[in-house]
Amino acid sequence: MIDAYALPRLFAGATNRPLSLEDHERVFAPTGEVASLLEELDASGLVGRGGAGFPTTRKVDLLRHQRGHKFVVVNGMEGEPAAHKDNRLLSTNPHLVLDGAEMLAQMIGASRIAVCVARDNPTVVNHVERAIHERARRNLRGPGIDLHTPPWRYVAGEESALVHWLDDNESLPQYRPGRPHILRIGRGPTLVDNAETCANVGLIGRYGAQSFRSLGTAEHPGSVIVSVTGAVKRPNVLEVNLGTPLANILATAGADPSPQAVLLGGYGGAWLSGDQIHTPYSNEALAAHNLSVGAGIVAVLPRQACGVAEAHRVVRWMAHESARQCGPCAFGLPALADDLLAVVRGGRDGVAAIARLQDRCGVIEGRGACRHPDGVVRFVRSSIEAFAHDIDSHLRGAPCAGARAKQRFLTVPALEHEEDLVWE
Amino acid sequence: MGVIRRSGMFVLQVNPILCDGFGHCAELAPELVHLDEWGYPIISQEPVPMADIGAYESARYAERGCPRQALHVTKMNSPAPVSNVTMNQPRPVSRGRRPL
Repeated sequence: MIDAYALPRLFAGATNRPLSLEDHERVFAPTGEVASLLEELDASGLVGRGGAGFPTTRKVDLLRHQRGHKFVVVNGMEGEPAAHKDNRLLSTNPHLVLDGAEMLAQMIGASRIAVCVARDNPTVVNHVERAIHERARRNLRGPGIDLHTPPWRYVAGEESALVHWLDDNESLPQYRPGRPHILRIGRGPTLVDNAETCANVGLIGRYGAQSFRSLGTAEHPGSVIVSVTGAVKRPNVLEVNLGTPLANILATAGADPSPQAVLLGGYGGAWLSGDQIHTPYSNEALAAHNLSVGAGIVAVLPRQACGVAEAHRVVRWMAHESARQCGPCAFGLPALADDLLAVVRGGRDGVAAIARLQDRCGVIEGRGACRHPDGVVRFVRSSIEAFAHDIDSHLRGAPCAGARAKQRFLTVPALEHEEDLVWE
Repeated sequence: MGVIRRSGMFVLQVNPILCDGFGHCAELAPELVHLDEWGYPIISQEPVPMADIGAYESARYAERGCPRQALHVTKMNSPAPVSNVTMNQPRPVSRGRRPL
């Protein structure tokens, strides 16, 4: 039995194999001992771990008052190439995630649970399939659990795209004119939650809100799973207490002690300058720098790297991953990537490009059906701000050493041909 | 176009997925819509008072003239934004006919 007041909680009992149902029951306390799940969830102050940081209790409240054949969707798609947290969680403690999903289903009165894992991770798919079979063999009462394997795309993990896939086999985001908007599979209202959020619900439903709040900060309680990548000796997935100084997390992963900048929140996120790495890692402390924890991604950029060249690679890939449904995203993001390339090449074209880049960022922002273009705009703006010095030297025709070195630090998958992209 | 409402506000909204950049809206409602460099509409999300009859009529023309039917005029009774819907209260159940 674990101590729910200490780390590791989500990764408790983790080995290099997924915990079987028997081991899972030995490690964690039995479920169903909490008086009222809804009150505990409300008191816990859990915010979603998928990136947007939306309070889970508000989502549950919204869905609870809907009628119809409801669904709970566990989002284990892991769209970000720099993240590994959902994969790691589902291949160590899959039953904790499924427990949380069952509790959510109980709270909103859902009759089916859909677990979504990208089909590009065959190992994780097997682990989850096995966990679902283990539960089915127990013949426990409860909502039926299905495994779904959409294709891996950056936007396929976006909630409306995921629901679209479950509804109609197309991983394309949907238009949602007014917020809050209830996503539906067929006519059934659907609750979409990240796998890590579900695992946290699984903990809250066992040990209650008080033990959940014993870690983390007042406004952003709990622990979070962080994927540390980039220029680190040990790229790793760590479970940390929210509010830990970022420098400690970086030191654990063996990062460069004085990095140039740290990318937080994934490729739709923003840069934190290297001299501010002592900031506590939680939403309330990072909000002062216009940052957020997001999906728990920390990518370290060392001093010798060229920030502009890295930003160009990321934006080029993000533009390529657009679903090409909305004009501003389909045409605007490649235009941003072209502008960044002009800045990397420098000279007079670059000077024009940097002004154009600012204008285009303003034009594109907020005009897509999903938040994909907004994320890219945020990343571009933050890159312009964080690497102003690099951009200056590029525009003067003296590109930094990092641009000449051809060594790159951020993980970016290879660009596929547009016709080879699988959306269904 | 039916009864002219003088109270309340409206917003012209575009469904960016349906929109293919035909550009008719910018010609039919030049006071509300202008086009970006790729020909897609940029529409201000500020609510416009319904009393501005010219703007409202152009918005209706743009809505009806869109070849992809991607535009929608959303009417609001108060100047509050659309997203500010109260969430946790169930909708009141109507009992019989509304009093006239």
